[in-house]
Amino acid sequence: MGIVHGDEMVLNIGPQHPSTHGVLRLVVKTDGEIVSQIRPVIGYLHRCFEKHCENVSYDQVIPYTDRCDYIASMNNNFGFVIAVEEMMEITVPEKVEYIRVIMAELNRIASHLLALGAFGLDVGAFTPFLYMFRDRERILDLFEMTCGARLLYNYMWVGGLSHDLPVGFLEKAHEFLDYFEPKIKEYNDLLMYNKIFIERTSDVGVLPTDVAVNYGVTGPNLRGSGTKWDLRKNEPYSIYDRFNFEVPVGKGQMGTIGDCWDRYWVRTEEMKESVGIVRQALNELPVEGDVHEALPKKIRPPKGSIYKRTESPRGDLGFYIISDGSPSPSRVKLRSPAFTALSALSVIAEGWMMSDVIAILGSLDIVLGEIDR
Amino acid sequence: MTVDVLIDWLANLVDFPELAFILAVLICAIPAFLFIAVYALVAIYGELKISSFMQDKVGPMGQGPGLHAGKWGLLQPVADALKLLLKEDIIPASADTKLFILAPFIVFIGAFISFAALPFNQNLIIADMNIGVFYILAVSSLGVIGLIVAGWSSNNKWSLYGAMRSSAQIVSYEIPAALSIVVVIMLTGTLSMQGIIQHQDGLVWGILPNWIIFQNPFTFLAFFVFFISGVSECNRTPFDIPEAESELVAGTFTEYSGMRYAFFFLSEYANMFIVSGVAAVGFLGGWHSPIPGFLEAPGWGLFWFLFKVGMLIFVMMWFRWTFPRLRVDQLMNICWKVLLPMALLNIFGVGIWTVLAGR
Repeated sequence: MGIVHGDEMVLNIGPQHPSTHGVLRLVVKTDGEIVSQIRPVIGYLHRCFEKHCENVSYDQVIPYTDRCDYIASMNNNFGFVIAVEEMMEITVPEKVEYIRVIMAELNRIASHLLALGAFGLDVGAFTPFLYMFRDRERILDLFEMTCGARLLYNYMWVGGLSHDLPVGFLEKAHEFLDYFEPKIKEYNDLLMYNKIFIERTSDVGVLPTDVAVNYGVTGPNLRGSGTKWDLRKNEPYSIYDRFNFEVPVGKGQMGTIGDCWDRYWVRTEEMKESVGIVRQALNELPVEGDVHEALPKKIRPPKGSIYKRTESPRGDLGFYIISDGSPSPSRVKLRSPAFTALSALSVIAEGWMMSDVIAILGSLDIVLGEIDR
Repeated sequence: MTVDVLIDWLANLVDFPELAFILAVLICAIPAFLFIAVYALVAIYGELKISSFMQDKVGPMGQGPGLHAGKWGLLQPVADALKLLLKEDIIPASADTKLFILAPFIVFIGAFISFAALPFNQNLIIADMNIGVFYILAVSSLGVIGLIVAGWSSNNKWSLYGAMRSSAQIVSYEIPAALSIVVVIMLTGTLSMQGIIQHQDGLVWGILPNWIIFQNPFTFLAFFVFFISGVSECNRTPFDIPEAESELVAGTFTEYSGMRYAFFFLSEYANMFIVSGVAAVGFLGGWHSPIPGFLEAPGWGLFWFLFKVGMLIFVMMWFRWTFPRLRVDQLMNICWKVLLPMALLNIFGVGIWTVLAGR
C-alpha cells in the first residue's frame, strides 16, 4: 500500500507566532502534518549592530552587545570586553575576573532556565515555564542589586566593571544557590522525565555530530550531539582554568544521541555545573581589589585585529574586531551561535511533523536578537 | 422535573398542544442555559485559581468592586465575559460569512442539548429518556461538525489544521468512550440515566458503595478508558492538539474573536461538564452518596452529583497544568492501539465476570 500524497501547502510560521522565539519567520511546505521543506527568513529584528559599532567608541559598544543576545547579556559583555582588553593588553584585577565569572555563570543559569521553560512551552507544558521564570527572577534580583538593571546590564567594562559587588551579595548568592540546586530536580521530575515529554522529544530532530560540525553548531546543541566542546575547557579564557567542572555531553539516554531530549538534558546538567562554578568563585573571591582600578583613561586599541570567542549559553560567541587606532572600532563582526543553530534547523527538521518542527526549534534555543543583530 | 410532566401540565392549561410543547421546552432550556453560563464563570474562576495554585502564583486578586477584579479576584470571570461581549466582532473578509457565523452555534448546540439528559438528582432531569446515555453520546459528537465548519469557513491555514486535527481526534476517541459505556449498559441493562444510577444503590464487596467502578476490575479499567477518552473529546491537555497554541496559534478558533469565540469557550467548558457528568453517572453512582444510606435526600443528591462532577473537572484542570501535549500521531496511536483494545477487553471481561460471578 503506497502512501497517498496530496498537494503541498505553503505555510508561514511567524513572524507573529507564539513559538518562534521572537520574530522569526519560517516558510514551511507541508504535506498534511508532514513538513517537507523549511526555509527560515530572518532579519525582522535587524538593528544594524555591527554598523553602529563603527560609529561609537568602544565603551559605547558594550550596551549594544547587551541587546544582541538579550537573554544572556552578561556573557555578551564578557566576550566583547575581553577581546578589547586583549587588544590593549590590559590585565584586570583578580577580583574583577572572579566577579565576571560569577555573573557570566549566573546569567548562563538564567538563560538556560528560559531556554528550557520556553522549550517546555513549545511542547505544551505551561507550568514548568512559570517555575523556571520564578527562579530566574531571583537571579535577576541579584543582578539588579549589583548593577541596577534586570535585562540589559552594561555591567562589564573594558578593564573592569561598572559597580563593585554590593554589601550582602555573597550571602544572597549563596542563599540562591542553596535554594536553586534542589529545584533542578523538581523541573526534571515535572518535565524532563515526563513520559509524554520523552515521547515528544526522544529520537526527534536528531542532530548528528558531522552535521553539527559542518554547520558550525556549537554550545549545548553540539554537546547534545555527544561532542565534548566547551571553550571554557578547550580554550580557557579569563580564569576558567581554575574551576572544577564537567562538560556534560548527550548520551542518548532516552533515544538517539543528539535528539531534542539530549539537548534538554545537557542544559539541565550545565545548570548544575554552573552552580558549582559560582560556588567555587564565591568562595575564592578576593576581598581586596578595586573594580575600577584598571579602567583605561582612553580606550584606543592599537592598529590590528582580534578574534576572541567565548562560551555563551548558546555556544561560541565570537567577536572579530578591527582597530585602526581611532577611538571607535573600524569593524566589528559578531559570530552568533544562535545563527548557526538556526541554519541547521532545515536539515534536522525536514520530514518531521509540524509539532516536531516547533519542538526542534525550541530545543535549539535561538534568540532572534542575536541572529538578526 | 421531566419535560413530559411539564407538557402534560401545560396542555391542560392551554388548548394548543404545540404551544404547550414549545413552552415546556423553553421553560427547561432557559434554566439549563443559565446553568451553563454560571457554571462556566465558576469553572473559569476555578481554572484561574487552580492554575495559579499549581504554578506558585496568586492569580486574579483584587480589593473590592470597581475596576478591580473583586475580592480574591472573584469578579475576574465576569470581567472576562464582559470584555468578550464588548469586543469588536471581526469576520475576516475572505471568510465564508454564513458558515463562519453558524459554526459557534453548532458547536454550542452539541454541548447544550446534552444537558437535557443529565440527572442532577433524583428528580432534577429535563428528560429522563429510555435511551439517555445513547442520546448524550450521539448529540455530544455534533460539535465536531461545528469545528470543521469553523476551520473551513475561516479560510485560514491554522484553522484548517485545527479542524482536521480535531475531527480526526474527536471521531476516534468517541469509539473507546462509547465502548466503555457499553460496559455500564451491560451491567445495568438500561440506557436510561436514572435507571443506571438506581442500579448503583447499596454496597458492593461489603464496604464499598455499589458504584459500577467498584463492581469488578474491568469496570475499574473502563472508567479510566472512558475518562481519558473524555478528556480527549474535550480537547483538553494533553490532548489539546486542535488548539495547540504553541503550534497552531489557536487552531480552529484563530479567526474568532469576541462573543463568537466565547461560544467556543463556553462549549469547551460545557463539554467538560458533560463528560464528567456521564462519568459520574455511569461509573461513580451519579447522585448517590459515597456512604450508602447517608445523606441521600434529593438536595444532597444534587450536591453529590455536582461534587463528583467538580472533582472530575478538577482532575482535568490538573492534567492541563501538568502535562505537555502529545503529537497528533501519538494521539491516534493511544486511541487505536491502547484505549480501543482495552475497551474491547473490558467488554469481554465484564461479560465473563458477570457470567461467572453471577452479577
